[in-house]
Amino acid sequence: MNRTKLFLILPLIGMLSCGKAKTENKETESNAAKVSVTIKGSDTVLPLAQKEAEELMKTNKDVSVTVVGGGTGVGLTALIDGTTDIAMASRDIKTEEKLKFSELKKEIEEVIIAYDALTVIVNPANKVSKLTREQLEKIFTGEIKNWKEVGGADEKIVAYSRESSSGTYEFFKDEVMDKKNYATDVLSLAATGAIVQAVGQTKGAIGYIGLAYETKEVKQLAVSYDQGKTFVEPSIASAKDKSYPISRPLFYMYDKTNAAKVKTVIDYALSPEGQKRVSEIGYIPLN
Amino acid sequence: MKTNLKQIKEKVIESILMLSSAATSITVILIVFFLFIEGAGVFSKKPIEDGFLLAVAADNPVKKLEPSQIKDIFDQKIKNWKEVGGKDEAIVLFRTSDISQYYTDEELGENFEYFPAKINELIAKTPGIVAFFSDKYKAKDFKGRELDIDRIKVFEFLSGEEWFPTAQPIAQMGVKPLIYGTLWVSFGAILLALPIGLAAAIYLSEIAKKRTRSLLKPLIELLAGIPSVVYGFFGLVVIVPLIQSLFNLPVGETALAGSVVLAIMALPTIITISEDAMRNTPRAMKEASLALGASQWQTIYKVVIPYSASGITAGAILGIGRAIGETMAVLMVTGNAAVIPKSFLAPVRTIPATIAAELGEAPNGGLHYEALFALGCILFLITFGINMLVEMVTNKQSHKKH
Repeated sequence: MNRTKLFLILPLIGMLSCGKAKTENKETESNAAKVSVTIKGSDTVLPLAQKEAEELMKTNKDVSVTVVGGGTGVGLTALIDGTTDIAMASRDIKTEEKLKFSELKKEIEEVIIAYDALTVIVNPANKVSKLTREQLEKIFTGEIKNWKEVGGADEKIVAYSRESSSGTYEFFKDEVMDKKNYATDVLSLAATGAIVQAVGQTKGAIGYIGLAYETKEVKQLAVSYDQGKTFVEPSIASAKDKSYPISRPLFYMYDKTNAAKVKTVIDYALSPEGQKRVSEIGYIPLN
Repeated sequence: MKTNLKQIKEKVIESILMLSSAATSITVILIVFFLFIEGAGVFSKKPIEDGFLLAVAADNPVKKLEPSQIKDIFDQKIKNWKEVGGKDEAIVLFRTSDISQYYTDEELGENFEYFPAKINELIAKTPGIVAFFSDKYKAKDFKGRELDIDRIKVFEFLSGEEWFPTAQPIAQMGVKPLIYGTLWVSFGAILLALPIGLAAAIYLSEIAKKRTRSLLKPLIELLAGIPSVVYGFFGLVVIVPLIQSLFNLPVGETALAGSVVLAIMALPTIITISEDAMRNTPRAMKEASLALGASQWQTIYKVVIPYSASGITAGAILGIGRAIGETMAVLMVTGNAAVIPKSFLAPVRTIPATIAAELGEAPNGGLHYEALFALGCILFLITFGINMLVEMVTNKQSHKKH
């Protein structure tokens, strides 16, 4: 009986160990030849990072880049946990995140790769075409509930926001809403695309999106940051000359000890070639 | 030798079977254990970010503030200390980043080394201040007074009506709107799915011809194979605008939209299980009924339905189980506003949708992370309760019969 067992088990062990050894060899070989970089985070940066990754992989066969979305918070959490090489971010690091990094003795390098203008959008049927910052704040904190209070038709305002994991959510809260909390009845959607879709089909809707997501199904509003003296339309030109008030930098963030690995990706993003992609996608290049 | 080999083979198979069942049970227990350990953590924490504190001037009579009061203060809804039981003094908000309004970079030092002293100075000279800053910047001879903040209590967690898990400085952890949202959407789904599902099951098992049945059954089963995110898409693009125009609503993302999508998703479970139960009615019983002069309809509802009642309940409750736990489709169509719903035509936020949307951003081990696990525990208890109900109902029914 023992013999039969041995007969059964020995070849099995042999086969298993052979197979394992072989796969391990292969992995190390491919690692040496190719650098694989993971980029994770902001959905706002996502289309740009994807485009750049595609172009980079076409020209440089030695790098493979994986781009994953989810929101700035997701990317930074992944960077803290060490599950991504680069975090895409549409806002600066928060103080508590900075503390987390310093606890782990990680030094984070932030690179601005482009600028984005945050566009406030409404349904095309809406008569309102401009709002002041104060009005926007009151709409999203729930103080203004009807369009007629800001010069529109007698229609209930339906405010759409992103989920709290989004950098756009935080940025809008800090910059436009004076750090006040959103009203509880603000609808929150999981993706920017869903906001465009919802605002396009809802008459009294208002929402905010990155400039690159703007389509014909929605109408963008001019915004005033000086109590209504001057209203500025969001566009690449007005964001570039900084006359449009709600614009923000987009970041790539990485661990300094990891700099050598991500260098190709960062360099490409800052190169003239990479900056060309920025304007193709609809964001504002660095210079 | 031959018998030996056979014995070994049987032993091996036996042990594989045992191992796999043991592994399943252990996994289940581990998951539940893990869920509750992580979830319980939220009740040992304060709703303020770890390592941060809220401080007021030393002579401020206000000793303690409720989380909701702190939120209202920082939202500038409460602007005077007398509204929260203090002196008649305007509230001055201070967040760490506001320091640049009071002091220049040189005054603070290169690495913020003078920060603690400056905060001290600021709190001493501003009687109405409420300051939110990191522990690190608390000076040794701190002149202000730290506000007491209670730990999160189970009762407050369950009965709180505001869900702002990332709010600064105090997170608002009230899950009542989420529990209500989950129950409303599931209840609506079952209200829609049960009559339709039952009707379809009766038709398929008793009335339909063999050919129609062989055509319809696979189609219905196919419904169960469509990924839930596709249902979500369908809901967002078709059902949401439909509900909006049908009821003339300002917004179509409502509990009703979620219920309709979930009802469609729960249908195959309900239909298949209750149809199987009905078809298990012994032929002799049906024929006896018909022989006594009962019509086909009388047979169906006096004989077939009572006989298969336990199967029908099981199907219905498994359907609800799916509805309560469903994430993606609901996330896409219910609008996700965390308010306690007043009607089916209002947006709601469900527990699974909240977990799915927020877990990715919650740093491992933090307050928000543990609060989401506590939500998972609540969801688990709800579905566990439903499963127990199924057990009870089916047991009771089978006792009656025999």
